Amino acid sequence: MGKPGPDGRFGGFGGRFVPETLVPALQELEAAFVEAWADPAFTSELDSLLGSYAGRPSPLTECHRLSEELGVRLLLKREDLNHTGSHKINNVLGQALLARRMGKSRLVAETGAGQHGVATATAAALFGLECDVYMGEVDMARQELNVFRMRLLGARVMPASSGSRTLKDAVNDAMRDWVATVEDSHYCLGSVMGPHPYPWMVREFHRVLGREAESQCRDLLEGGLPDTVVACVGGGSNAAGIFSGFAEHPEVDLVGVEPAGGAAVGHGVPGIVHGMLSYLMQDEWGQVTEAESISAGLDYPGVGPEHSHLAETGRAEYPSVTDDEVVEAFVSLSRTEGIIPALESAHALAWVIRERERLESCTVLVNLSGRGDKDVDQMMGLLGDRL
Amino acid sequence: MSGEGTTLQAALGRRTASGGKCLVPYLTGGLPQAPPADWLTTLSAIAGAGADAIEVGVPFSDPVMDGPVIQQASEEALGAGVNPHSLLDRLGSADVGVPLAVMTYANLVFRFGWQRFAETLADSGVAAAILPDVPLEESAPWCSAADAAGVETVMLAAPTGSDERLQAVVERARGFVYAVGLLGVTGERSELASTSRVIARRLRRLTDKPVLVGVGIGSPDQAREVCQDADGVVIGSAVVRTAMATRSPEAVADLVGEFRAALDAG
Ligand SMILES: Cc1ncc(COP(=O)(O)O)c(C=O)c1O
Repeated sequence: MGKPGPDGRFGGFGGRFVPETLVPALQELEAAFVEAWADPAFTSELDSLLGSYAGRPSPLTECHRLSEELGVRLLLKREDLNHTGSHKINNVLGQALLARRMGKSRLVAETGAGQHGVATATAAALFGLECDVYMGEVDMARQELNVFRMRLLGARVMPASSGSRTLKDAVNDAMRDWVATVEDSHYCLGSVMGPHPYPWMVREFHRVLGREAESQCRDLLEGGLPDTVVACVGGGSNAAGIFSGFAEHPEVDLVGVEPAGGAAVGHGVPGIVHGMLSYLMQDEWGQVTEAESISAGLDYPGVGPEHSHLAETGRAEYPSVTDDEVVEAFVSLSRTEGIIPALESAHALAWVIRERERLESCTVLVNLSGRGDKDVDQMMGLLGDRL
Repeated sequence: MSGEGTTLQAALGRRTASGGKCLVPYLTGGLPQAPPADWLTTLSAIAGAGADAIEVGVPFSDPVMDGPVIQQASEEALGAGVNPHSLLDRLGSADVGVPLAVMTYANLVFRFGWQRFAETLADSGVAAAILPDVPLEESAPWCSAADAAGVETVMLAAPTGSDERLQAVVERARGFVYAVGLLGVTGERSELASTSRVIARRLRRLTDKPVLVGVGIGSPDQAREVCQDADGVVIGSAVVRTAMATRSPEAVADLVGEFRAALDAG
């Protein structure tokens, strides 16, 4: 997984479809990122924050009981153990350092489940930056705890009240905000999506988790590599991070799991929204359709352009799982391993559970992108007495 | 079909040649009006009230360059069942009397097919197109299709652009240069942004094409003020807000008439 072309594309996907006002800012961001990423002072400051603040490296956990039950050797990359509870902090610390380097005083972000919003609010507190996070009204209701966490951290949470009132609309509002505030604000985009250079830059900031996982597998596994690497895909950042550690090994299968109600690669066709050309769920006229998933973090009709490219070239596959399968996986990991996963991450597990026959005797590495604390309230309503 | 005399740039040129200022109102296509009037009645009323051309929005689900008023109008029109095909079909059967420019977002055009969309515009008698999320670097597929079909592509120029960038934008622009008056999305503002006149002046130095300022022009006074440096204005949210509040072509015509009078008074 290398650099995009000069036109910001991975194969035929990506680009920079944004209002003219933002083009100079994106060019400036790209230049600043290229320069910072090559500057040892920047990367060593980021590494040191990832270690002493975010708690990296995250461990690799062998799931003994669930492995036995499934007949699959299951390993988890424990991004749930990072500070703020998900992989999102990797990207946010990188972008916040970059924003400070560019002299920006404010971060704008969108959030679905609230994990990226919480991570952004956290970094803003750490660096003394102002922070506004857009969140769909529907998501504010189902992720109330994260709304409060962001406020506690000093961020303002701005309700996105148009359209489906979920992640897609929060991205629209964050971009509209940035069009107006581009001079002093940095748009801290939360996944490998949006206009160039975001899909590339965000993947680079998550590369650390793929690199760690690859070296942890080398230490642990006889053959050095897992057979299959699995991650959930909303915009696709945790998947891009873990794939980046294994994509150079053609013998490793890469699997990105989408929610059945938000399967951009599975059910979409190429389209243009949020600054990028990529697979997109849309109607016959090109109106973006509303995703519908149990997990707010995957409730997104699009997908990052590099995933469209990986799908088109056949390097990765993108199956989907249903909400019911996800709930089953959520309970299953809790009970067999004592790990309550985020509903997003439970999508990856749900695929492994469903495909256990195909995966029999294989070693499967799942990116456990986040922890389920934020989902406990929602699951309590859903499962209640059934447990 | 648009002959030389009915192109957008020619129509605006006639206005400026006589020392006048151009007025280009925007209306969301398919926006419900009070029956028996419909949005086409409102387009004709706008033309009759002194518009030099009209921008017709083809509503998109995710209008990222638009503020709350046009967002709401888009949702309403989509809710009423409008789609790009039916909308262009109706435009093709109407004779509004002034050149029309369609304003919409990249995905609707991409889905339709760059070339097929350009040809459909030409067949519908639409003179021009404005695609606010297709900046210069991404414009080649659209522009070559539009050029071939004889459709003028209005380009946006923003206050954040360097002089080199503005130069490249005005060179690619057809019809007029759309000067984005402020940092922000469409919507009325209580004061004219200081950036409006600055961007108009910067563009004026770079091109002989008409320079019209849009985004943030909400009152006749603001229109007159910005036209000390610009060749004209695009007015969107004020028109759409009135059309939604009154559902009345006459009320919209009255508003457009006030802008016309202010610009004519100079
Ligand atoms: C724990 C967790 N995993 C995954 C995602 C989805 O994002 P991405 O597809 O970018 O990894 C989210 C988003 O909120 C999340 O909170």
